[in-house]
Amino acid sequence: MTTDPAARPDHAPQREFSVSAESGTAKRNDTFLKVALPLLVVTLLVLGWDLVVLINDIPQYILPRPVNVASTIWSDWEILGPALVNTLTITLAALFLATVGGVAIAIGLTQSRIVEFSFFPIAVVLQVTPIVAIFPLINIYVPNIYAKLLLCAWIVAFFPILANTTLGLKSADRNLEDLFRLYGASRGQRLRYLALPTAMPYFLGGLRIAGGLALIGAVVAEFVAGSAGVGSGLASRLIEAGYRLNNARLFAALVLISATGVVIYLVLSFISHRALGKWHESAMKQRGPR
Amino acid sequence: MPATAVPHATTGATIVRLENVGKTFENGTCALSGVELSVPRGAFLSLLGPSGCGKSTILRLISGLDRPTEGSIFWAGERRRRDVGFVFQEPTLMPWARVFDNVWLPLRLAGISRRAAEGTVMGALEAVGLADFRHAFPRELSGGMKMRVSIARALATDPEVLLMDEPFAALDEITRFKLNDDLLRLWADKGWTVIFVTHSVFESVYLSSEIAVMTNRPGRIAEQIAVEEAFPREESFRTSARFAEIARRTSEALSRAMAPAP
Repeated sequence: MTTDPAARPDHAPQREFSVSAESGTAKRNDTFLKVALPLLVVTLLVLGWDLVVLINDIPQYILPRPVNVASTIWSDWEILGPALVNTLTITLAALFLATVGGVAIAIGLTQSRIVEFSFFPIAVVLQVTPIVAIFPLINIYVPNIYAKLLLCAWIVAFFPILANTTLGLKSADRNLEDLFRLYGASRGQRLRYLALPTAMPYFLGGLRIAGGLALIGAVVAEFVAGSAGVGSGLASRLIEAGYRLNNARLFAALVLISATGVVIYLVLSFISHRALGKWHESAMKQRGPR
Repeated sequence: MPATAVPHATTGATIVRLENVGKTFENGTCALSGVELSVPRGAFLSLLGPSGCGKSTILRLISGLDRPTEGSIFWAGERRRRDVGFVFQEPTLMPWARVFDNVWLPLRLAGISRRAAEGTVMGALEAVGLADFRHAFPRELSGGMKMRVSIARALATDPEVLLMDEPFAALDEITRFKLNDDLLRLWADKGWTVIFVTHSVFESVYLSSEIAVMTNRPGRIAEQIAVEEAFPREESFRTSARFAEIARRTSEALSRAMAPAP
């Protein structure tokens, strides 16, 4: 994912890809390679998988061929499509609520030392408890299936946002703090013009982690809650396919979950880059003064 | 020739006066003790001393960022702090905000809208020669330019007193000389009182109308030396015999101040 400005296509192996040696095209070739090389590797891996199945004559119910998985996504779309929508809905709703809740609680925690000292240890206890272990409890106490899944996914996604944002809100430059004090900034002004912008990169880092965790939360919640029929997502379809020895559909569901994760990551990375690109080190292409 | 100490016998009105000021930190470190200092209105006063002698602490006390544990600070006879501008050793800019927004900050905190502040902000940027960079982000600027933005921000509130805490210490010499001249020009134009912390004898002699030499731990003012050289000062002053003479006297005062008490 990281950009490497040092990697310029001016050494031998890359020459065959480059049309000319000028810097404009060099940059474009860099981008091209960054997309092309992973695609090439994935293609080779998939071909390898196919070869292993073919050469060893492995039956479909043990390990399906990639082409079967792909055709299953197509042929079983009536089942997998709605499941994908359900999983995606839970994931995005959980991520949204985790963002709102995490940021709000982080702001609350950092407003007063009393509040922070009182509640932060509780947040830490919740964070170090394997959250999956409390899913059975949620299963007992929350009757509504959507609320149940949403709560599980939310709990998992919420902590990285809370922890990162809290850290960020407390990381303001000391001299800038002094400057704000000198000019008589109110508490609200300090939060708005200093603490929140300082916390932005931390928050976005937490958001990227939370995006992946929200999906994990949604999937694991379904495993535990065991929803079937109405409102069932990809995880239910995956388990169901496992019971029926329908491995092609199992793999198809897995591919869709994985693709969902990749898309969420890419979208959040894009948002992060857009938000920080102009000023933060992590998103900069070039360092130093121009 | 003996050092010409000018203890408090300053001409003109005093804008800020420190009386028997001491500062002991919570950890027991005694940074300042018995500081007596009068700053005449319109002066360019340098606080000169070795690292850790409490120069910055004096500045923080004057600015109101810290409170003295002993003594009092009077502002033209009153206890109420006047408007001050503060320039830190680091440019201390908000990296997420453009140059304009960084300079606008003190006015924005005072509730002045972007539109209403535009003239003042652009005036301050023009004064430091960065009007063309109003849309740039701090990371796009060189160290000297960042410091100029920091000065422009202090200018924006049109303070009576400008406090500067080794503002040019991290810059290369060529840039520092340029900024020295720019600062003197602004000081002459605006009629500020400047209190300038430095550990460079030469910088203090070139800039100041008065130099307060400090002792080490706990810090106090050992001598106040008047630099009797007319303003505006030219670059040639740096290499003149008078400059060398004043620098020699100042260095001697500094040596005396740092010598262990008999």
